[in-house]
Amino acid sequence: MEIKLVFLWTDMLIYLLLLSAIGFAVYSIRFEHLRSPWRQVAHNRLAMVAGFVLFCYIIIGLCDSIHFQERAADEKGQIVKDSQGGIIYKPDVLSVLDILVTSIRENTEDSYSAPLATHSYSMKNITLPDGKQIRTYAKLKYEGKHLFGTDKVGMDVFYRALKGIRTGIVIGTLTTLIMLPFAIMTGIMAGYFKGWVDDLIQYIYTTLSSIPGVLLIASAILMLQVYMDTHADRFENIIIRADTRLFFLCVILGVSSWTGLCRILRGETLKLMEMEYVQASMALGVGHFKILLKHIIPNIMHIVLISVVLDFSGLVLAEAVLSYVGVGVDPTMESWGNMINAARLELAREPIVWWNLAAAFILMFGLVLSANLFADAVRDAFDPRLRTK
Amino acid sequence: MHTYIIRRILYAIPILIGINIITFILFFVINTPDQMARLHLGMKRVTPEAIEKWKEDHNYHLPIFWNGSESGIKKITQTIFYQKSAGLFIFRFGKSDEGRDIAHEITQRMWPSLAIAIPTFIIGLMVNITVSLFIAFVRGSYLDMVTMIWCVIIMSISGLFYIIGGQFLFGKILNLVPISGYDSGISVFKFVVLPVLIGVIGGIGSGVRWYRTIFLEEIGKDYIRTARAKGLTETRVLFKHALKNALIPILTGVVVVIPQLFMGSLVMEAFFGIPGLGSYTIDAIRSQDFGIVRAMVFLGAMLYIIGLILTDICYSWVDPRIRFE
Repeated sequence: MEIKLVFLWTDMLIYLLLLSAIGFAVYSIRFEHLRSPWRQVAHNRLAMVAGFVLFCYIIIGLCDSIHFQERAADEKGQIVKDSQGGIIYKPDVLSVLDILVTSIRENTEDSYSAPLATHSYSMKNITLPDGKQIRTYAKLKYEGKHLFGTDKVGMDVFYRALKGIRTGIVIGTLTTLIMLPFAIMTGIMAGYFKGWVDDLIQYIYTTLSSIPGVLLIASAILMLQVYMDTHADRFENIIIRADTRLFFLCVILGVSSWTGLCRILRGETLKLMEMEYVQASMALGVGHFKILLKHIIPNIMHIVLISVVLDFSGLVLAEAVLSYVGVGVDPTMESWGNMINAARLELAREPIVWWNLAAAFILMFGLVLSANLFADAVRDAFDPRLRTK
Repeated sequence: MHTYIIRRILYAIPILIGINIITFILFFVINTPDQMARLHLGMKRVTPEAIEKWKEDHNYHLPIFWNGSESGIKKITQTIFYQKSAGLFIFRFGKSDEGRDIAHEITQRMWPSLAIAIPTFIIGLMVNITVSLFIAFVRGSYLDMVTMIWCVIIMSISGLFYIIGGQFLFGKILNLVPISGYDSGISVFKFVVLPVLIGVIGGIGSGVRWYRTIFLEEIGKDYIRTARAKGLTETRVLFKHALKNALIPILTGVVVVIPQLFMGSLVMEAFFGIPGLGSYTIDAIRSQDFGIVRAMVFLGAMLYIIGLILTDICYSWVDPRIRFE
């Protein structure tokens, strides 16, 4: 089977993030002061369970971040070529996760069915072999195979919820990744250089943080929407459109969450500047760059790490709310917010269709809870004020 | 102190101008007047004359930031930027796409928003402080641990779940309150009670955790040890000494959000069909009414800045040690 890899922006950034996380891990093994907090996390049983769940989610998210297109083939399995003999690929972009869960992806029914049900949700007219017509609950094609039932068009709900994992993780991590370099740079500069640099940076973050977050996101997304409509030719297919919007959403969320970290880092740098070792190196005539690199940055990294892990769960939850408001990820994208939004009115049906909502909420709850528990353990281990051992 | 407050208020002006520039860039530079005209007139079969006419009518024929063809002060005033944002500073928000006056809408819709936001805020604050004070009293016990785990669980559930679940349970199954809607007069109570309850429950997890940290930090301080050494009972130490001093960080953390209660809650109001500012904003976002969104951005930013100034004033009021230079 010949395939063509599709590189999406968010995919590449996710793997860049993975690489830098591995790099950070390799770096911290060399230093005892970085190893010991992690050891403390490892001794916390609850945190390790949470970490394992988180790890599973991340693996699923990573599998879902390798996209490709298959060669188009006709019914007999012959590869189709276009008139010039060029290669044609199927229009739908698949991911590695799609291949791993092919069975649940392709087991579709006609319409709604309850979790693990054997018969369909609504009555249908069925013609019996002897020609009689009866109205009954039809047997499903895949009885009891749907862990969370199927949705309106017969898609497996569990599959859709699994696809939502990637969106949640991308929003939770990329947002921080995008804003991090900027936040560290401005925060340190404001605290280190003081004077007009400090005034300017303070002005910028006060201005940005005073705009209500949802409204900033909404206006930015609206603008992107208009831009995409007027430049439709630049976005060749729906996946790229959705991906651009997801990426843009991360950038905007990053802009609004950048201010908080920047403020904290500024304060911390101001505090560090009063430390004897910084004063000493200044008196000895060490250059700005070297002081920043050797003395300031290593001493604020624990704050950066804590804020990264603490922000994650909030961002995953924010995605659902934003998608509900209509300024979240693209409506065609699989995400928990879109699932909840689409399933909201299903509770009014009789008998009620609850499994769409349940699947989205349960998977989201699992991710956010484990992220929260893990983040708490990391914070307790890295925050020097809380460190006991 | 007075000079400090005046300075803070003056300092707010460049920030508001900055916000205006940001929203202006977002709305007008990326989305040029030509495109806006086309959007309003319909995408197809628009003559260039019709676009020019629309721009003329809506003052969009002017240059964006700097009008070189005019003289004197008009170089600045005869521009799209000035025409579209100067009015915001005196609360002239202009008209929405439907032709209604935005400022009038805002004064009308403010009250339902406040009817939800103020009770949620006050009850939430009281519940959070009570629970966290009690938890601080029994700190280190089994009860403390169980409550903290519950706080994390409550925090980890999406806010949408509380709303959808609450509507389903109380509105549909138990039939205690109407699912959504709003009314004037005394009957407003039955529409308000569920959103308030959900708002309080949704905020309890992070609130209790936050206040508990503050209380525990306070309990670790020297004056508490002194109070204990004097032979005061633990209850007295906690409820009289610790509570009073812990109120300083709580107060200063809380004051900043008070002005923003006006803005209402976007999601809550949309779900419960409450005609407040939150649902106004959400409708504007959905119908792409830029006039309303800009007005709300400006209003929200201004309320935030007012909150910051109030925080500073409160700081020096509750803690006289703090003096502003």
